[in-house]
Amino acid sequence: MYRFVLKRLLLMIPIVVGVSFLIFTILNFIPGDPGSNLLGPGALQVDIDALNEELGYNKPFLQRYLLYMYNAVVHFDLGTSYATKKPVFDEIMGRLPVSLKVAFNAILFSLVFGIPLGVLSAVKQNSLVDRVSTGTALLLASQPGFLIGMILMLIFSLKLRWFPATGAASWKSYVMPMIALGLPYGGRQLRFTRSSMLETIRQDYVRTARAKGANERIAIWRHAMKNALMPVITVAGTSFGILIGGAIATETLFGLPGLGSFIVAGIKQKDIPVVTGGIIIFALIFSFVILAVDLSYAFVDPRIKAKYAGGGKR
Amino acid sequence: MSAAYDEKPLMNLTEEKVEISFKKESQVKEVWRRLKKDKLAMFGLTVIALMVVIALCAPLICPYDDAIKMNMRLKLALPSAKHWFGCDGYGRDLFARCLYGSRVSLTIGFATSFATLVIGSLLGAFVGYTGGKIDDLIMRSLDIFSAIPSTLFAMAVVAALGSGIVNICIAISLTRIPSFVRIVRSAVLGIADQEYIEAARAGGSSTMHILLRHVLPNAIGPLIVQTTANVSMMILSAATLSFLGLGINPPQPEWGALVSEAQEFLRRRPHLLIFPGSLICIASFSMSVLGDGLRDALDPRLRT
Repeated sequence: MYRFVLKRLLLMIPIVVGVSFLIFTILNFIPGDPGSNLLGPGALQVDIDALNEELGYNKPFLQRYLLYMYNAVVHFDLGTSYATKKPVFDEIMGRLPVSLKVAFNAILFSLVFGIPLGVLSAVKQNSLVDRVSTGTALLLASQPGFLIGMILMLIFSLKLRWFPATGAASWKSYVMPMIALGLPYGGRQLRFTRSSMLETIRQDYVRTARAKGANERIAIWRHAMKNALMPVITVAGTSFGILIGGAIATETLFGLPGLGSFIVAGIKQKDIPVVTGGIIIFALIFSFVILAVDLSYAFVDPRIKAKYAGGGKR
Repeated sequence: MSAAYDEKPLMNLTEEKVEISFKKESQVKEVWRRLKKDKLAMFGLTVIALMVVIALCAPLICPYDDAIKMNMRLKLALPSAKHWFGCDGYGRDLFARCLYGSRVSLTIGFATSFATLVIGSLLGAFVGYTGGKIDDLIMRSLDIFSAIPSTLFAMAVVAALGSGIVNICIAISLTRIPSFVRIVRSAVLGIADQEYIEAARAGGSSTMHILLRHVLPNAIGPLIVQTTANVSMMILSAATLSFLGLGINPPQPEWGALVSEAQEFLRRRPHLLIFPGSLICIASFSMSVLGDGLRDALDPRLRT
């Protein structure tokens, strides 16, 4: 088990190096140098050159990349934002809690209505309840979060005035983003729960449970439920990882000072350290979330644990 | 004598071809017959077909000028007989903007899905078929793409290449290709060691020929389903990019950009959101139900 975790942690290194190199390369193609971008069109060439030199932009591409990685690994220094002049690492850590809160709330909300309705539509397959809920789920799953967000904003903050439209002043600010992101993900959860549950209900052990005289409720809840929900939890975990960096449009719409909206602003202002640093942190968090999901899977399912721990040695 | 030798295999070949094409047609018919029974999928197909036809006929309905011409006297006009969807903050006819926006959005949706299909299936079939170190190397490099949030990646690419339809297409295709490669690869892995592939290889066919003629046609089911799902996802991705203000160049209309423009007047003129928003909603939903129906029709064993 420990060897498995160690191996996975080591595999993260090439991923993070690859991500940083890829982003560094893409951003290198952004037209114009940071000096002239920052000083604006009227600046003197002398000032532009001086600023570029100060930012270390006059060095060749590969040298800049290696220097950046050296600072990042040795000093945890992801550079300084061009726009705010503050260390990128501090900026990111300040905004991370907001993004985590948004993603966590949304996934929790999606599970709260996705799982029960998914189980219900599987148990009552092809009934009216099933048709209505799977149809609605598909409709929700194919919507972008920002569209649902704007409709919620229109109804609940502009008309009814229950929640503030933008900002992150109190818990009220997190309600609408939670619903806007939770609804499409919940639709996906519902569909996934339903198909996983349907597959499990047809398994031999559930039929055995019924055959030995367990009533339907026990057959479903005790025998089918746990097995059916494991893949559902995996999907929820992965979605959480994706949402930490994927709630960008919703964060921007509701003016939440999260990581996603921070990087979007960085891309628009060509603030290269912010974008590179932000995306590296995302990649790290995402890799850790996926590892945690895999490990929890092994924790719950002895068959998988045996596969990780065994390795054919014992 | 040599003529007789040449003729015989030729005849055999034509006979075989007739048989194959007959079989293919019957399979397509079979899938179509099953798809026709699925009412929701047929609804999706009809709506998408209608949208495509209307988008293609846009110049016959109203000139492009209507979509970009500003007229301050009509600023924020409500829907009326002359302006069905009302007018936006610059007095531009919203109906014309939605109409021409659908051309952009649908083009992006279909073009990127097609690009992903071609590149993703070739690459996926290649790595799945070759296996070994090349497979490892390519799949590990694709893991790098998956670790970056797709919207941010697409935005960075658009920022580097500049805005415009072609660059958006490149950016969002890049975000979807890795997962497509994975799907094709896993479908191909089961096919690569089948006997007919071995036979083709023994017969001296080139790798490219084997991939295109034997491997990919047998993995066509997942490819079609994923491509249909991709159209819906790509439309949403493009809408998200334009919503965030990195996408098409204004004043060109696009659904996501129209929704974004509606933000400013949300309280006073909600219809500016409702019309383009519904279009995104309907197009994406129709594509999804069509994809679902196709999945069931292509592989009835999967029907749940």
